[in-house]
Amino acid sequence: MALLEIKNLHARVAAPGGRDILKGVNLTINAGEVHAIMGKNGSGKSTLAQVLAGREAYEVTEGEVLYKGQNLLELSAEERAREGVFLAFQYPVEIPGVSTSYFLKAAVNAVRKHRGEKELDAAAFLKLVKDKMKLLKMEPSFMNRAINEGFSGGEKKRNEIFQMAVMNPALALMDETDSGLDVDALKTVAEGAASLRRPDNAILVVTHYERLLQYIVPDVVHVMMNGRLVMNGGKDLAIKVDTQGYDWVEKEVGQLV
Amino acid sequence: MTQVADKTTHLSNFTQFREVPGGSPSWLEARRKAGIDRFDFIGFPTTREEEWRHTNVAPIAKTAFKLASRDSAALASETAARFGFGNDAAVELVFVNGHYAPHLSRPAKLPRGVRAISLADALESDDAALEPHLARYADVVKNPFVALNAGFIRDGAFVHLPRGATVEKPIHLLFVSTPSREPAVAHPRVLVVAEEGAQATVVESYVGGGKGVYFTNAVTEIVAAPGARIDHCKLQQENLEAFHVATMQVQLGRDSHFVSHSASIGSRLTRNDLNVVMAGEHADATVNGLVLATGEQHIDNHTLLDHAQPNCPSHELYKHVLGAKSVGVFKGRILVRQAAQKTDSKQTSKALLLSDDATMHSMPALEIYADDVKCTHGSSLGPVDEEQVFYLRTRGVGLEAARHLMTYAFAADITRRIRVEPVRRRLEEYMAAQHGLPIDLRITDLGAHDEAVRQL
Ligand SMILES: Nc1ncnc2c1ncn2[C@@H]1O[C@H](COP(=O)(O)OP(=O)(O)O)[C@@H](O)[C@H]1O
Ligand SMILES: [Mg+2]
Repeated sequence: MALLEIKNLHARVAAPGGRDILKGVNLTINAGEVHAIMGKNGSGKSTLAQVLAGREAYEVTEGEVLYKGQNLLELSAEERAREGVFLAFQYPVEIPGVSTSYFLKAAVNAVRKHRGEKELDAAAFLKLVKDKMKLLKMEPSFMNRAINEGFSGGEKKRNEIFQMAVMNPALALMDETDSGLDVDALKTVAEGAASLRRPDNAILVVTHYERLLQYIVPDVVHVMMNGRLVMNGGKDLAIKVDTQGYDWVEKEVGQLV
Repeated sequence: MTQVADKTTHLSNFTQFREVPGGSPSWLEARRKAGIDRFDFIGFPTTREEEWRHTNVAPIAKTAFKLASRDSAALASETAARFGFGNDAAVELVFVNGHYAPHLSRPAKLPRGVRAISLADALESDDAALEPHLARYADVVKNPFVALNAGFIRDGAFVHLPRGATVEKPIHLLFVSTPSREPAVAHPRVLVVAEEGAQATVVESYVGGGKGVYFTNAVTEIVAAPGARIDHCKLQQENLEAFHVATMQVQLGRDSHFVSHSASIGSRLTRNDLNVVMAGEHADATVNGLVLATGEQHIDNHTLLDHAQPNCPSHELYKHVLGAKSVGVFKGRILVRQAAQKTDSKQTSKALLLSDDATMHSMPALEIYADDVKCTHGSSLGPVDEEQVFYLRTRGVGLEAARHLMTYAFAADITRRIRVEPVRRRLEEYMAAQHGLPIDLRITDLGAHDEAVRQL
C-alpha cells in the first residue's frame, strides 16, 4: 500500500467565483521515498501542499487522496497533523505573543495524546528538543521567542525544519524550504531534513533548485504545470530543469496542457 | 428619557443619606452639596452628547436604585475570599456594598507613617490630609456621575504615603457587591496621596457575586507629588447584570511616574473615565487597558492624557477582545497644552473581534497646541487571523485551542505587563475557562514554562 495516493485531484479557491488551481493531479508516494516537485511560479505547487495539509481556503472539487489507505480529505488540518502529516510552509507565519517552546510542547503533546501516549512534561520535552536544536544549529534563546516574530527569512525556514524534526512526521511536505537561504543555511536545513529520512516515512519537496536535492536525493522528480504534474523522471530531470528552465517541458507536453 | 423622574431616585437617596450622623466635617458637607446640586442641574447624559455617543446610560437612569446597605451574608465573605490576595498584599481593605468591612479586611504592618484605612474612619477623625485633596480633582462640572458620587462621599479608601515611603507589596482595595432583591447603588470613593518620592502599588478590585442588578458608581483620585511613583491596577469583574461607572482622576507632579493597568471583564455596562494630568515637568504616564467582553456586555473606556507641562512622555495601549454581541468603546484623548513642548505620546488601540456581531468603536482624539511634540496614535480591529490559526492547526493544535491561543496571545500584550501576580493569574484563568481550554493548553503555566526554558 502506498503511503500517499493522489488521484485526479482538482481544487479551486473556496470563494464565490474562485478560480480552479489544481486540474487533475495524480501522484503516488511509497514509504521510504523522496519526491520532488518543480515548476514555475504560479503553477500550483503550494496549493497542492496546502490542500494536502488541510487548508480550508481551497475546495476540492474532484478526485481523492488516500493517506495510509484512508481518506485524507475528510480529516481536519489538526487531525492530519496528528496522523503524521507535516507541512513546512513556504511563508512561515509570525505569531506574536506565543513562545516557540510553549507552542511546540502543545503540538507534540497533541500528537502524543492522539496516539494514546503519555504527554511530555516540561523536562522531557526540553530533552527532546535539545538534540534537534543542535541539529539545526539554533540558539537556545530561540525557544523563548514568539513564533517566527522578527525572524529573518532564513531563521523562519530553519524553524520549520526544526519543528519538523521535533514532530517526526510520516509524510513531510517541504514547500520551497530552500528559497531565500544562503549556502550555509541551505546546508544546515537540507542536512537536517535529510536526516529525517527513514524507510517508513516519505518526503515531498517543492523546490526551484537542484541544489537542495543534492542533500535530499529524490527518487522521483515531477514537473508541475498549470495545475497538473505533467512530467516525471529521475534526479537528472531536476538538473535539466535547473539549467534549462521549463520552455522545453512546455514544448514536449504542450499538446497535453 | 424622563430626566426629572430619573434624578428623583438619587435626590431622595441624598435626603436619606444626610440624616445618617457622623463623618461629616463642614468642608465636606459643602462639597457634597455642590456635587448633588450639580447632578440635579445636569442630570444623566444622553447619547446626544459627544462624550456619551456610543454609551446609552438610560438603563441606569431608569432604574430606581436605593442606597446599598451593609451585608453580612455568606456571599459577601465568600466573594471577598475568592478575590482576596492573601499574603500577596501588604494590606487588604474589603468593602461590601461600598461599606468598609473590618472583619473581612486584613490589616498589616505598613512602613512608618503609611496609612491605608477606610475613608469613613479617616473622615471620622477629620484627617488633616483629606481636606486639601478629597473631591478636589475629579470634575463634578462635566461628569454627572462624578457629581453624583460627590454627593454621597462617606466611605471608601484613603491611602496616604508620606515623603519617601515605599510599600513593596500591593495595597489591595477590594470592593465586593452583593445584589439584593431591589437594585442598589454604591458610591465608593478612593483617595490616594503620595508625598514626594513615595512609592506604592495600589490595586482596586470591583467584583460582584450572585445574581441581580446593582450599580457601582466609583470615583478615585490619585495625587502624586514630585518624584512619587504609583503603580495602579484595576480589576473590574462585577456580575453580568451590574452597571459599573467609574472615574479615575490622576494628578502628576514633577518627575512622578504613574503606571495604570485596567482590566474590564465583568458587568453588563461599564463606563470608565481615566484622566491623567501631567501637571509637572518630566512626569511619566503609562496607561494600559484590557477588555474581555462577551454576551451583550458593553464596555466603554474614555481616557484623557492631559499634557500640561513640557517633557512628559505618555504611553497608552488598550486591547479589546470582543465576543458574541458585545460592544467595546474606546476614546483616547490626548491633550497637549501650549506649554507642553517636547511631549512624547504614543497611543494604540486594538480590538480582536471573535464574532461577526461584536462591535468596536475606537476614537483617537489628538488636540495639540504646542509645536515641538511627538504624538502618534494607531488603531486596528479585526477577527482572529485565520492564517495564524491554520499554522497552529498544521502542528496538531485543535481549532478551538488555536483560536484560544491567538486570543491569549493578543491579550498577553497587556497581561504580561501586569506586575500584580494575582490579577494576572485571574485574567489568564478567566480566559482559559471561557474557552473551555483543553488542559494541555492551559496558559497559566506559560510563565513557569518559559522560566524553565530560560534555565536550560
Ligand atoms: N487563495 C488564493 N486566492 C486566489 N488565488 C490563489 C490563491 N492561492 C493561490 N492562488 C493562485 O493560484 C495559482 C497557483 O498558486 P500557488 O499554488 O501558490 O503556486 P506556486 O506555489 O506553484 O507558485 C497562482 O496563480 C496564485 O495566484
Ligand atoms: Mg509556492
